[in-house]
Amino acid sequence: MLIINDISKTFNPGTVNEKTALSHLSLTVNDGDFISIIGSNGAGKSTLFNAIAGSFMTDEGRIVLDGVDITMTPEHVRARSIGRLFQDPQKGTAPDMSIEENLALAAGSGGWLSRLSRRERSDLRERVAVLGMGLEDRMSSPVGLLSGGQRQALALLMATINPPKLLLLDEHTAALDPATSEKVGELTDKIVATNRLTCLMITHNLTSALQQGNRTLMMEGGRIILDISGSKRDGMVVDDLLEMFKTEAGHKLDNDRILLAR
Amino acid sequence: MLPLFQTALELGLISSLTVLALFLSYSMLNVCDLSTDGCFTLGAAVGAVVAISGHPYLSVIAAMVAGVASGFITAFLQTRMGVDSLLAGIIMNTALYSVNIGIMGGSSLLNMNRTDTIFTKLSDLLSGINLTGFEKLVISGVAAVIVAAFLYLFLKTKIGLAIRATGNNPDMVRSSSVNPVMTTIVGLCVSNAFTALSGCLLAQSQKSVNIDIGSGMVTVALASLLIGSTFIRSRRIGFRIIGTVLGAFIFRLVYTIALRFNMPAYMLKLVSSVIVIIAISGPYLKSRYPEFARRLEKKRC
Repeated sequence: MLIINDISKTFNPGTVNEKTALSHLSLTVNDGDFISIIGSNGAGKSTLFNAIAGSFMTDEGRIVLDGVDITMTPEHVRARSIGRLFQDPQKGTAPDMSIEENLALAAGSGGWLSRLSRRERSDLRERVAVLGMGLEDRMSSPVGLLSGGQRQALALLMATINPPKLLLLDEHTAALDPATSEKVGELTDKIVATNRLTCLMITHNLTSALQQGNRTLMMEGGRIILDISGSKRDGMVVDDLLEMFKTEAGHKLDNDRILLAR
Repeated sequence: MLPLFQTALELGLISSLTVLALFLSYSMLNVCDLSTDGCFTLGAAVGAVVAISGHPYLSVIAAMVAGVASGFITAFLQTRMGVDSLLAGIIMNTALYSVNIGIMGGSSLLNMNRTDTIFTKLSDLLSGINLTGFEKLVISGVAAVIVAAFLYLFLKTKIGLAIRATGNNPDMVRSSSVNPVMTTIVGLCVSNAFTALSGCLLAQSQKSVNIDIGSGMVTVALASLLIGSTFIRSRRIGFRIIGTVLGAFIFRLVYTIALRFNMPAYMLKLVSSVIVIIAISGPYLKSRYPEFARRLEKKRC
């Protein structure tokens, strides 16, 4: 369970570029929740993820993951329990290293001086085969030679190879072509379901925001302005969502990608 | 011709240790470690002082430990103290100049003509089996093989993979729960140990150290590294390591031959600088050429 209590973050305080990216935001994520997050450009969606993952420390508030206060824990330590995927497929993998080496680093079993054993190798191969992309036969080729979709699928596998307590997906299919995007989306659902992962997903696709997962959040001005789940969410269509946003935020949803995607 | 070849091989193998160090820091960790010159001299100075005090074997270990310490400080400056990585190397280099003279007891030159070094020890041994004169080749060869093999195995361990990933994609390292500060520190400690070993062996093989022994070493080593990578274009770590050692040897061989054709010895550093410039800016200029050609065409019209 993730409890975010009253966090705020202001960038460049005291300058002309001062920007309040998160403003007294609170959120409780229950185990097994699959939450989709939508919002305008600059609403603070990615900033929220950065705060949870520890890319920066928040100015105030507390973040507690499974009973452990991680508010001031450095990013690489949080990464042990938080998996993360970015929109840019290049961010999640090391291009000059092989598929196997990337996975070995993510799996992180054994001590610092340990090397991959034969058994670990075949284990990794089996895990890659699950992706259904034929990558299991290219274990020693460098990741830089893979397509964006393959790299993102691999990054997804790396982020979940040790099932994390929390998985953060930041528009991870947005940079892919439609067919690949769908394939990676399906893989995500499959991996989240088999490992019963708790998951937050930023998306610009309002349809999938309502269809995927069990709960939808809307963000605006560094706050969560809508939190819908259960029976209220079940009957909703995209237009309801847009109407609700307008009522809550006082203006129309302003996200070029969302509007283009409709 | 044969003695010429042997000298080039010996010097090439000794300097290949520095080139392997740069392979780790420059090619793998993506840090341009400009403290290399100072660290090379540090290894030479520490090795000489310990050998002169009567411990030929310990001198090699002492030099490497000094290298680790130097690498640690350089890495600490750039990861924990907010000093830019190039600047950290330059500052360390300057600081090491004083440190090195201090280690050599205030003098800028130490003589080891009558000192027991690992080379004289082996020479004594080899004279029993009629192989006198090969001690430099044996020691530099064994050192290069050990360091190359160590590097090969090291880069396949988990820490080795983490170091490679740090140079390749720091974002990914952080999200795979590895601390890039730690990998940078470990990487520079190991690479500087090799650099210092290289300096120690060069000083002991030529039986003297002066404070300038390491000057320009980073450029010479980079030149060798880049020569090696043009000869062996594999992406596999093992081949790249072999290419690195090969590059160091080819560089020395060409240099030795050039000396034979009356190139003055002081040209070494100019030549290595030109090689580095060509190797680095060549691919860049090549990528800019189409644009350049179009502009030229437009001008003509």
